[in-house]
Amino acid sequence: MLQINNLHANVGDKPILKGLTLSLNAGEIHAIMGPNGAGKSTLGYVLSGRPGYKVTEGSVTFTPPVLPGEGRGPEPQTDDSVAALDPGLRRGTQEPIDLLALEPHERAAAGLFLGFQYPVEIPGVSNVQFLREALNAQRKYRGEAPLTGGEFLKVAREQAGALGMDMEMLKRPVNVGFSGGEKKRNEMVQMGIIDPALAILDETDSGLDIDALRTVGDGINRIMRKPDKAVLLITHYQRLLDYVKPDFVHVLADGRITRTGGADLALELERDGYKELAA
Amino acid sequence: MTDDIEIKDKAAWDAAEKVADYEHGWSSDIETDFAPKGLNEDTVRFISAKKNEPEWMLEWRLKAFAMWKTMEAPDWAKLNVPPIDYQDAYYYAAPKAKPKLNSLDEVDPEILRVYEKLGIPIAEQKLLAGVEGGEDGGLPQRRVAVDAVFDSVSVATTFRAELERAGVIFRSISEAIKEYPDLVRKYLGKIVPMHDNYFATLNCAVFSDGTFVYIPEGVRCPMELSTYFRINAENTGQFERTLIVADKGSYVSYLEGCTAPMRDENQLHAAVVELVALDDAEIKYSTVQNWYPGDAEGKGGIYNFVTKRALCQGRNSKVSWTQVETGSAVTWKYPSCVLNGENSIGEFYSVAVTNNHQQADTGTKMIHNGKGSRSTIVSKGISAGHSNNTYRGLVRVAPNAEGVRNFTQCDSLLLGSLSGAHTVPYIEVRNPSAQIEHEATTSKISDDQMFYAMARGLNAEEAVALIVNGFAKEVLQQLPMEFAVEAQKLLGISLEGSVG
Repeated sequence: MLQINNLHANVGDKPILKGLTLSLNAGEIHAIMGPNGAGKSTLGYVLSGRPGYKVTEGSVTFTPPVLPGEGRGPEPQTDDSVAALDPGLRRGTQEPIDLLALEPHERAAAGLFLGFQYPVEIPGVSNVQFLREALNAQRKYRGEAPLTGGEFLKVAREQAGALGMDMEMLKRPVNVGFSGGEKKRNEMVQMGIIDPALAILDETDSGLDIDALRTVGDGINRIMRKPDKAVLLITHYQRLLDYVKPDFVHVLADGRITRTGGADLALELERDGYKELAA
Repeated sequence: MTDDIEIKDKAAWDAAEKVADYEHGWSSDIETDFAPKGLNEDTVRFISAKKNEPEWMLEWRLKAFAMWKTMEAPDWAKLNVPPIDYQDAYYYAAPKAKPKLNSLDEVDPEILRVYEKLGIPIAEQKLLAGVEGGEDGGLPQRRVAVDAVFDSVSVATTFRAELERAGVIFRSISEAIKEYPDLVRKYLGKIVPMHDNYFATLNCAVFSDGTFVYIPEGVRCPMELSTYFRINAENTGQFERTLIVADKGSYVSYLEGCTAPMRDENQLHAAVVELVALDDAEIKYSTVQNWYPGDAEGKGGIYNFVTKRALCQGRNSKVSWTQVETGSAVTWKYPSCVLNGENSIGEFYSVAVTNNHQQADTGTKMIHNGKGSRSTIVSKGISAGHSNNTYRGLVRVAPNAEGVRNFTQCDSLLLGSLSGAHTVPYIEVRNPSAQIEHEATTSKISDDQMFYAMARGLNAEEAVALIVNGFAKEVLQQLPMEFAVEAQKLLGISLEGSVG
């Protein structure tokens, strides 16, 4: 689903990613661990197209999966306006997209979701309004009919309920006055509503207490543990991995992947630390 | 119901079609009856004669004109306005139509087409659909009575009969001067005196048409009243005059929308709006101002010098001004409340957007003379491009006004690094029991907010529109629903091209 080849990227003039290669298939959950400053968050930002993060070398291709019968949203339309779209953006096709050529909102429409380490406040804009506009912008881009207010609220209620979030919170302005844990939970509700093919979750576990950690972990499994989806989990600690079992664990150090293993690698890291491994 | 939804969808569709260019930038080819160019006593007499005005009205105008000649244009605002040549303009332009219109059928079809293009429901049978209501999607039926002002003459007033049954008088001001002279004379020029300011005095001399509303005692006006103004003829100043009187215990909501075609020259607009609320009466006055702002280089656009003032004369009376100002090259406008009545309430909710080379100096005055009078001011200024946006406000408490309260909030949002936001609050308190609060913030749209919204699927312009609408929400939610939707779209449109 995602092919990262020899990726080099700068923040300003400073090289952060230095030849990162990584491959994710549909149905897989990958964890990326590593010390502070290794480039973990940079990877998330580069993949989702944040301005200021400049790719100097390498490539990233994204291949949205074929949908199995039912799936994310209504069936694609088949009129000419849809046929004219970028083939990679049509649901049910399997043509690789040059991800780095797309704008951030186009990457979102193609099926990529970034869970933020520090979710941003937008005063005066309710979560409901924000997500409905965002989702319908994505759907429009893909040539799908927009969801009506009623349809959207149904989805939003389900997702908020599944993550134990009060519907009233969805009516409040985006992240304004939310605690750290509520913000992270809100990111998961957003992920559930948007229902992406690929989620990059940047330290979704930080700032969570034990109960919230379990809720968020359950949410990731419920929403993303599917044959047509994949997750890239960026984390410092092994504890989230108690709830979300990764298929692969990668160590990111000094801008590249230095080691890859199974779920056991995370336990090893927790015991021995990164220094031991990077050496 | 299906028709209503179609109308609504069409409006939404049309709005979505709007691109960076000013949407209403066409001028229609209608034969126009001009006053001779220039401004002198003859111009004033010409206008008065054209309108078959009574003698007292002509005298009033001539007195104003004589006064105006001795006055000078104010220069205290933070505006850079080139000198205006008052002799190089037409002061009266009327569509050449039958002198008196009895029904819509008699209106020049070309004029009706103009209004159709503007999306104004001029035909009586056309009911404006409500917009999607709460989040669960209720569709309330709403009706709006329209008094359409085309250049200087009101061409049709709809829903007149139904309003008359309720005792509401909704007329062009020219008609009202003839039909209800006592009522008009009692209030005209009493809230904004003839000598008030340069532009108000000019308006007294040459005002061409406008709207008169009277809501009788105890009547809740059965529908929202609306006037759309439009400057069509070239080199035409538009000087409309609005007078709304809400008698004891009455209520009215009045909507004012403005558009104008694109012209390279600057056009002058100097309106006067006077509101009076008697005991327990309430007036809600909402404006969405979308005059042509000039092009991206600052060429053309409307000079908008407007005097709006409300007199809360009665006890427990209330006037609420809500304005969304997105247009005009220059905006000079301070809708104010004189709170004479005991426990009277004044409110001012404003969003002013400036982009490219637009300049806005706008705000309010709350003059507290009555005991226990209260006021709320919420001003949201948004500046983009090379524009300058100033909030200028006065809160004054008279020595005898016990127990006055005011809350003021002034927020400015900057887009880009070349625009300016300025806040000039004046607070004059002469009674120690007053409680005055003033809050102000200045912020920029952050890169974090932009990226967050874009990572969720919104493009740059959608993201700006969303964030700006959130910023302006407290004001937008004061607008009647159909206006709120229009205003939200306008905010997005007027900021197009402001993000790189």
